[in-house]
Amino acid sequence: MKAKIEFTLNGKDVSVELEESKKLLWVLRTHFNLTGTKYGCGEGYCGACTVLINNSATRSCATTIGEVAGKNVITIEGLAQGEKLHPVQQAFADHDALQCGYCTPGMIMNAVGLLNDQPKPSREDIILGMEDNLCRCGAHNRILDAIEAAANEMQNGK
Amino acid sequence: MDKSKDIQDYIEGHTPTNTIKRRNFIRLLGGGIYVFFHAGAALKLMAAEADQRRLPDDFNAFLRIHENGKVSCYTGKIEMGQGANTGLAMMLADELDVAYENVEMVMGDTDLCPWDMGTFGSLTTRMFGPSMLAAAAEARTVLLELAAEKLGTDVDNLDVKKGVVFNRQDQSEKITYAQLTNGQRIERVAKNESTVKDYSKYKIMGKPKFRADSLEKVTGKAKYSGDMRLPGMLYARLLRPPSHGAKLISVDTAEAEKVEGVQIVRDGDLVAALHKDPEMAEKARDLFRAKFEEADKPVSNDNLFDYLNERAPEGNVNINEGDLSKGEELATSVFNNEFHDGYVAHSPMEPHTAMAYFDGDKMTVWAGTQTPFPAQSNIARILGMEEDKVRVKPPYLGGGFGGKSDHGQAVEAAKLAKLTGKPIMVDWSREEEFFYDTFRPAAIVKINSGIDDAGKINFWDYHVYYAGDRGSETLYDVPHQKRTVYGRGWTAPGIHPFDTGAWRGPGNSTNTFARETQVDIMAAKAGIDPVEFRLKNLKDQRAIDVLEAVAEMADWKPGQSPSGRGFGVAIGSDAGTYVAHIAKVDVNKETGEVKVLKVWVAQEMGFCVNPQGATIQMEGCINMGLGYSLKEFIEFEGGKVKTKNFDTYEIPRFSWIPEMETKILQRNAPPQGGGEPAIVCMGAVIGNAIYDQTGARLLEMAMTPAKVIQALKNV
Ligand code: FES
Ligand code: FES
Repeated sequence: MKAKIEFTLNGKDVSVELEESKKLLWVLRTHFNLTGTKYGCGEGYCGACTVLINNSATRSCATTIGEVAGKNVITIEGLAQGEKLHPVQQAFADHDALQCGYCTPGMIMNAVGLLNDQPKPSREDIILGMEDNLCRCGAHNRILDAIEAAANEMQNGK
Repeated sequence: MDKSKDIQDYIEGHTPTNTIKRRNFIRLLGGGIYVFFHAGAALKLMAAEADQRRLPDDFNAFLRIHENGKVSCYTGKIEMGQGANTGLAMMLADELDVAYENVEMVMGDTDLCPWDMGTFGSLTTRMFGPSMLAAAAEARTVLLELAAEKLGTDVDNLDVKKGVVFNRQDQSEKITYAQLTNGQRIERVAKNESTVKDYSKYKIMGKPKFRADSLEKVTGKAKYSGDMRLPGMLYARLLRPPSHGAKLISVDTAEAEKVEGVQIVRDGDLVAALHKDPEMAEKARDLFRAKFEEADKPVSNDNLFDYLNERAPEGNVNINEGDLSKGEELATSVFNNEFHDGYVAHSPMEPHTAMAYFDGDKMTVWAGTQTPFPAQSNIARILGMEEDKVRVKPPYLGGGFGGKSDHGQAVEAAKLAKLTGKPIMVDWSREEEFFYDTFRPAAIVKINSGIDDAGKINFWDYHVYYAGDRGSETLYDVPHQKRTVYGRGWTAPGIHPFDTGAWRGPGNSTNTFARETQVDIMAAKAGIDPVEFRLKNLKDQRAIDVLEAVAEMADWKPGQSPSGRGFGVAIGSDAGTYVAHIAKVDVNKETGEVKVLKVWVAQEMGFCVNPQGATIQMEGCINMGLGYSLKEFIEFEGGKVKTKNFDTYEIPRFSWIPEMETKILQRNAPPQGGGEPAIVCMGAVIGNAIYDQTGARLLEMAMTPAKVIQALKNV
């Protein structure tokens, strides 16, 4: 059964007519052509598909489009303010915290969600918060450094 | 057939459809200075070994100085996250004296680049780099000659800075590369060998440089194969067998056909549901009713090593020096051990993915692959097309590690595109990725060795089965030694129940685990500190240098193992590079969990072009090495792969990652490989550290908690 679903996507009001059971991951990637959100496992194990829903990091492969009705969805494409990168994006680039880059959008979105919840995380908090995002290239320690730096930057910016 | 202009526009740079031969395509590229070159004789050997059926003997890459002074290098190699493009651009900028920003690497597109067998074996910097430098030197000579003529002076009086040639005596007499190249069309062929003797003269190389593609990757703009979009494209979901070797008996697609908007395609064993919505394609595919006849393969995790031992192929003796029996007579202690290594997956975060489009004449395939040219050949052969009618364009690659040398998904996409005339996306699921992965082969090493009273290794009888000989060198100075290699390594037709293949530093992790564990066992028995024992038995200065460097970095406290402190050491050599590792671990004796607290690595790789990139590769190696050492193994039963996703296949996570300290020993010698060496020691260094803390010796990877507990019982 198709339904009309309205939500906010990267700051814009959008509306789709789709079966409510469709996965947000695929709706983003095909319907909206927002391909920055990646498929890695399809079953919630890897975090490559992470987006923000009402500011909270969420796995879009385990979320249906019906569930986001009335909510605010942000993907990696909606994070920068025009040319200005989000501090977490900037920190990833500054720390060379990526190799192949396939896990990167999910890592960044998860980190932003983490910092929304815990603006002043300890290293341990960051490890715990990032634990279920997988990276096969092994950029982990640089990712942790980047998130720490971004947290500081965001604190000082305020 | 849909030949919409739209789609042609998407295939940017679509070449005219007349037959384009290798040398001819360059004609299409316009003016400038071209230097063709061939990367290395060793590369040629590798290719012959890889059984590639065509190999250009004239060149496999070229440089172009554009009419605007910019520089491009066209190569069939690809960038898979290791930063090869950054390192190569640095080399080129340095040799030609142009700004790094004005150098572009054009990689992997089979229409734009000359043939290349693929990107693996840490060959890019090691083999390709020096040849490219030689070509750049040739280009520089041409430019200086042109400048001398224009400025009316001698070449000897000229110098270059940032793409401007000037007269050393009178710096106002100058001319830019752009002015020199404008309106020119000069072609040269570079001599094969690099003439570079002194790497220390370079200004850009040797200094850390961050990767060039970060901005695209942190904004989600970087396009991987699955991100390609063409009008009218369909997602394919394919019928898959329940196990390797299963034969399709029958398939009923009637129910699937009822799914609205679906197109079912069948061509022999290829049965696919196509739909513009990937979830609908999947729904339809799940409605296929198929009967398979499964093959009987009498092997599983339970009897794997017996099975492999029973089927051992004929051995080839690689090295036979001195006289083993004499060595054994002189030995005062003899050690006989068998080491095991299970199947390990590549599991890049991006599964194999390809998009293909056939316009009625030419096939274009966007594929995440380490081997665009072999993919082109295979697709052409399988579809009965001319190779020049198949273009493979590699977008960004989401990790390879050897696994994307295989390109089955590109062949599937191309077949379906040809059958339907529509753009087809084949994006494997994680389960398909595990099923079709060419695993690192399970392997066995048997070593019989001995030492004398002074702690000198006096004989070494080494047998490696199924892993191949990479990294099997003895490294130590042993008077009586023999090395026998059973099977080719990587693959062993008819033995493994599924496909196996090259996995980051193929064979070397297995061989180094066995050698360095055996050496540690001997050191412990001799009652000699493991670093001292190694130094005592080493003559190879490069090995000594890295070992001494890492011992100093870790502030190694000599002692007899097991010391209870949890420190291990191991050395290795791969792709022309030497590495030495020290690790500190903490073993939980109740649970058998091993936490690696810190890893120190010293690496000597000749002249290191980009220390930043090389350091990141070392970190990545430490990281990935934790997985195969401690947790990763494929569960299977005959041809059935029971491992399907990351719930059971545990790859390294944030909480596992140790503190790392890395050091690169710069050496004024040709650059060597950097993407793989630092992974090869990880098994042994962790195993040796476990022993040092607990006295428990593990001879089989992965050293899972269950196996650690078992080993602790034997202490
Ligand atoms: S794709 Fe969603 S968690 Fe892996
Ligand atoms: S950078 Fe490749 S998976 Fe993380």
